[in-house]
Amino acid sequence: MMPIHHTACLPRGANMTKNAHGNKQENHVTLPHLLNSIVLPFLELLYSRTRVVKVKEVLLFKMSSKPLNYENLNENVKKCQYAVRGELYLRASELQKEGKKIIFTNVGNPHALGQKPLTFPRQVIALCQAPFLLDDPNVGLLFPADAIARAKHYLSLNSGGLGAYSDSRGIPGVRKEIADFIKRRDGYLSDPELIFLTDGASKGIMQILHTIIRGPKDGVLVPVPQYPLYSATISLYGGSLVPYYLEETADWGLDINDLRQSIGQARQNGITVRAMVIINPGNPTGQCLSEANLRQIIQFCNEENLVLLGDEVYQQNIYQDEHPFISARKVLFDMGPPISKELQLVSFHTVSKGYWGECGQRGGYFEMTNIPPKSVEEIYKVASISLSPNVPAQIFLGLLANPPKPGDISYEQFSRESKGILESLRRRAHIMTDGFNSCRNVVCNFTEGAMYSFPQIKLPPGAIDAAKELGKAPDVFYCLKLLEATGISTVPGSGFGQKEGVFHLRTTILPAEEDMPAIMASFKKFNDEFMQQYE
Amino acid sequence: MWRFITHKTRNLITSTITKTTSPISSSSSTTTISPLTAPLRFLSTLQPDSMGSDYSSTPVTIDTINPKVLKCEYAVRGEIVTLAQKLQQDLKDNPGSHPFDEILYCNIGNPQSLAQQPITFFREVLALCDHPSILDKSETQGLFSADAIERAFQILDQIPGRATGAYSHSQGIKGLRDTIASGIEARDGFPADPNDLFLTDGASPAVHMMMQLLIRSENDGILCPIPQYPLYSASIALHGGTLVPYYLDEQTGWGLEISELEHQLKTAKSKGIDVRALVVINPGNPTGQVLGEANQRDIVEFCKREGLVLLADEVYQENVYVPDKKFHSFKKITRSMGYGEKDISLVSFQSVSKGFYGECGKRGGYMEITGFSPEVREQIYKLASVNLCSNISGQILASLVMSPPKVGDESYESFSAEKEAILSSLARRAKTLEDALNSLEGVTCNRAEGAMYLFPCINFPDKAIKAAEAAKTAPDAFYAKHLLNATGIVVVPGSGFRQVPGTWHFRCTILPQEEKIPAIVSRLTEFHKKFMDEFRG
Repeated sequence: MMPIHHTACLPRGANMTKNAHGNKQENHVTLPHLLNSIVLPFLELLYSRTRVVKVKEVLLFKMSSKPLNYENLNENVKKCQYAVRGELYLRASELQKEGKKIIFTNVGNPHALGQKPLTFPRQVIALCQAPFLLDDPNVGLLFPADAIARAKHYLSLNSGGLGAYSDSRGIPGVRKEIADFIKRRDGYLSDPELIFLTDGASKGIMQILHTIIRGPKDGVLVPVPQYPLYSATISLYGGSLVPYYLEETADWGLDINDLRQSIGQARQNGITVRAMVIINPGNPTGQCLSEANLRQIIQFCNEENLVLLGDEVYQQNIYQDEHPFISARKVLFDMGPPISKELQLVSFHTVSKGYWGECGQRGGYFEMTNIPPKSVEEIYKVASISLSPNVPAQIFLGLLANPPKPGDISYEQFSRESKGILESLRRRAHIMTDGFNSCRNVVCNFTEGAMYSFPQIKLPPGAIDAAKELGKAPDVFYCLKLLEATGISTVPGSGFGQKEGVFHLRTTILPAEEDMPAIMASFKKFNDEFMQQYE
Repeated sequence: MWRFITHKTRNLITSTITKTTSPISSSSSTTTISPLTAPLRFLSTLQPDSMGSDYSSTPVTIDTINPKVLKCEYAVRGEIVTLAQKLQQDLKDNPGSHPFDEILYCNIGNPQSLAQQPITFFREVLALCDHPSILDKSETQGLFSADAIERAFQILDQIPGRATGAYSHSQGIKGLRDTIASGIEARDGFPADPNDLFLTDGASPAVHMMMQLLIRSENDGILCPIPQYPLYSASIALHGGTLVPYYLDEQTGWGLEISELEHQLKTAKSKGIDVRALVVINPGNPTGQVLGEANQRDIVEFCKREGLVLLADEVYQENVYVPDKKFHSFKKITRSMGYGEKDISLVSFQSVSKGFYGECGKRGGYMEITGFSPEVREQIYKLASVNLCSNISGQILASLVMSPPKVGDESYESFSAEKEAILSSLARRAKTLEDALNSLEGVTCNRAEGAMYLFPCINFPDKAIKAAEAAKTAPDAFYAKHLLNATGIVVVPGSGFRQVPGTWHFRCTILPQEEKIPAIVSRLTEFHKKFMDEFRG
C-alpha cells in the first residue's frame, strides 16, 4: 500500500513547488530556486540528465513537503474507514443535486425521513432556550403546564441554563434522573457519579476506546458485521481490531467457541486483547441477544480479563416479543458475586435512536461498572478538556430517562406519539424483511431490533466479474446500480465487514410506512432484472 | 529582566523538549512537582489511597490505560475547582461555616453561569427552530419578535426536511455554512467558501481534529505560546506529539517576537523534532493581548517561510476592550498580503461560547480551513464523519453569531443595546480588576486588551515559596488555594497554563457580575495584604 502512495505523490509534490515558486518574487532567493538555477545545472555537467532530473524531483518534493500534504498525514487517520458516509453516500448526494429523488436509507436518521419529533420534549427545550417566555403571562397559550414546570426544573439544575458549560460529566441532576431510569429498567441501583453524558454515544465510545488502546498490540474484539464507528475509531487510535463473526444462519447469533478461536488467534499474533464490543440490539444485523447468550459473554470476558463494551443504543427498538431487550448490566448483576463485582463493563445509550430519533441533538451517555476510581478520574480528566457536552442534549437525556407519567397533562399525547412510532417501525420491519425475502437471490433475517435490515445478496459470477472490471467490490457495484436505478441509497455490506465471498447491503427500516410498499417494489424490480442480466 | 527571562527560557526549552520526547512512561511525569507539568490532581476527594488493590488484575487499571491519557493535563477544572465545589456544598449544608457567603467562580470563561443574560434574538430563533410546530400559530406573534419568526423560517428552509432532529452533513448544514461564509466575508472583506467550513461541537473538537491529523508520533512538534490555553498542551499530549513552547514577552504586554519563534523552531529542529504547525491565540488566552497587524503579517511570513500550518485560535474575536487595538483575522491578513489559497495553510477557529453571546452550553463552533489539498480535505471530512455531525442547535447559533440582526430589522435596536451593554460592562470590569491587581504589593498585571482574562504576575516572598514547597505544591497553587479558602474567589494557578520558570501568575476571569466586582476587589486586596504580611521576610 505505502509504496504506491509514495510514488503517486512524487509528481504532485513537484508540481506544488512550481506553483509556489511561480508566486514568489524574482529577487526572493529560495532553496528550490538555488537548486534550479545553480546546483542542478552543475550536476548535469557531471551526471546523465535523467538521473539529475530524478534527483531534482526527489529534492523538490522533500522541500515542498508541507505538513498537511497527504503523504505527511497521520497514517492512522488515513487508515480509518467510515462507510456509512462513503462512496455511496457521496454519489447519492451528487444525484440529489442533479434533481434525482433519493431515498436515504444509509444512516439511521429517522427525522430526515419524515419522523416527527415527540412534542413534549421539544416544548421543554424551546422553553429552556427562551427562558424569558416563562415570565410571559401568555406562555400558557402555547405550552402546557407540565412542559413549563419541566423547563423550570431543568433550568434550575444548571446555573446559567442552556448557555453555560455544565459539569464536564454532565449536569448532576440529569445524571441522577438517568441513574433512576437505569434502576427502574434493571432493578439494581445505579450511581450517578459513574454516568458521564456525551455529545452523542459516538463521542463516549471514542473516549473509552482512546483510554483502552495504547498501541498496535492492543486488540478489541468487535462483531463482524459491525457498526463501522468501531473499526474507524480503533484505526484512528492505532489499535488492532480483532473480529468475531456473527452467524447469519443462526439469526446472527454469537457463538462462544468462535470467540475463543478469535481471541486465541489474536494472541498467537502477539495481540493483547483488552476489550470486547457487543452491539445489542445488533447494528447492522438487528438481532437481540438472549439472556443465556449474555451470560456466556460475561463469563467469557471475565475469564479472558476483557472490558465489556455494551453498545445498547437501540434498547427501545424491539420489534418482536420473544427476545426482549435485556441490558448486559442486569444480566451481570443477576449473576451475583463474585463476577458482578469483577467484570468491567461500560454501557452506552443515546437520544438518537429509540422512538426519540433525535440524532441532531448529539446526546448520549455511558455508565461504568466496576471501573477503578483512578481510571474514572482519568476519564473525567479527558472529558474536562472538552469542557462539557452540549446542554440542550443533556436535557433531552433527562427527558428520555424521565418521560411524562400517567396523570401528567402531556402523558396521553406522549405515549400516543411514542407508541405510534414503535408500532409503525415494527410493521415496517416486517414489510422490509418479507420484501427482501421475496426477491431472487436475496435472503434476509428478520429485524428483531435496531433500525436496519441486512439482506444477503447472492451475486452471480457474472456480476462479480463485472464489478472487478470496474475495480469495485461486488456489493459496492450492486449498491451503486441500485442507487442509479431506483434512488435507494444503501450501504454495501463490505463497510460493515462480512465473511469472504458473501455480500450484503444495509438499509434502514426508516422510510415512511406509506412509501414502503413502493420502495420494496422498486427494489424487487431492480434486483430481479439485475439477477437476470448477470445470471 | 528581559535577559533573565530569555536565559531562563533557553534552559527551559532544553528541559521541556527532553522531557516531552522521552519515551512515554507510566505516570511518573505527572506526579513530579515541576512548574511545567501542573501537578494538579483531579477529584482528590476520591482518596486514591483507599483503592487500587482490588482492581489490580482488571483490564482497565491506572497502570494499563493509554499512557497518553495519563500524560495530558487540564488545569482549568483541576484541584482548585474541586475544592471550590466542596466549599460550595459546605456553605449550602452549613451556612456561615466559612468567612464568605458565596463562591465566586473566576476560573473559567463561562459567562452565563455568572448570570450574563443570553442575547434575546438568538434564543428566540433557537426556541422556534426547536419547536417549529408553533411557527404558524397566531399566539406565537405575541410572544416572539417578527424578525425572529422570519429568521426561524429561513433557517428551517435551509435544513433538509426542516428536520432539526436529524443528523446533518458532517461539515454542518450547507445553508448555515453559506450564512457563516457571508459573515466571514463581511468581517474580512475577502471571500470565504462554505466548503472550507467545518461546524463542530464548540471549537475544542476542531482543535483535536487538527492535532489528530498533524501528529504522527512524539517526533512531531506543535509550536504553542506559553502561557497557553491548556486545551493545546492536553490535545498534543493526548495525540502523542511534542509541544514546542514559544514564550510571550510579559514585559512588552505579552508580545509575540518572531526572533523567539525562530529560536525555538531551531532548537526543536536540532533535537530532531519535525515542527508542523504554529498555534496563535488572538486575542490571547490567558494573556489577553490583541496582536497588531504588522506582527500578524510577520507571523504569516514566518509560517510561510518555515512551511508551518498556522492554527489561529480566534474565539475571542468580539472581545476587544481597548480603543487602540482592533481584531484582524489571520485570513484577512494573509489575503491582504496577496497570499491565496495555495500559498499558506491556515485554520481559523471560532466559537459561540465567547464574544458578547457567551453561549458555552451550546457547544457551537467552526473551523475555516484554507490552503489544503483536496485529498487532505477528504481526510478531514472523513474524521468529521466518524462522529456524524455536530449538534444542530449549536450549528444554528453559529450562523446567528456570524449573521446577527442588521440595521432596520425589528430586533436590531434591542440586539445592539444588549450587545453594547455586555461588551462595555466587560471593558469596565477588566479595567477595575486590572487597576486593583496593579495596586497590590508585588503584583504586576498587563491590561486585558481582549478575551476574558487577567493574568497577573506575583512576586512571592521567599517565605511563601518555602511554605509552598513544604506543602508540596507550586507557589501559585498555594496562593490560589489560600485565596479560595479565605475569600471564596476561584482562580487558576499560572502553572496550569505554563509560565517562565521562577515567575508565578494566576488567571482570573473578568466575568463576575459588575455589581460584585467591588466586593471581589476588596476581598482580594484584604487577602493579599494578609498573605504578604504573613510571608514577607
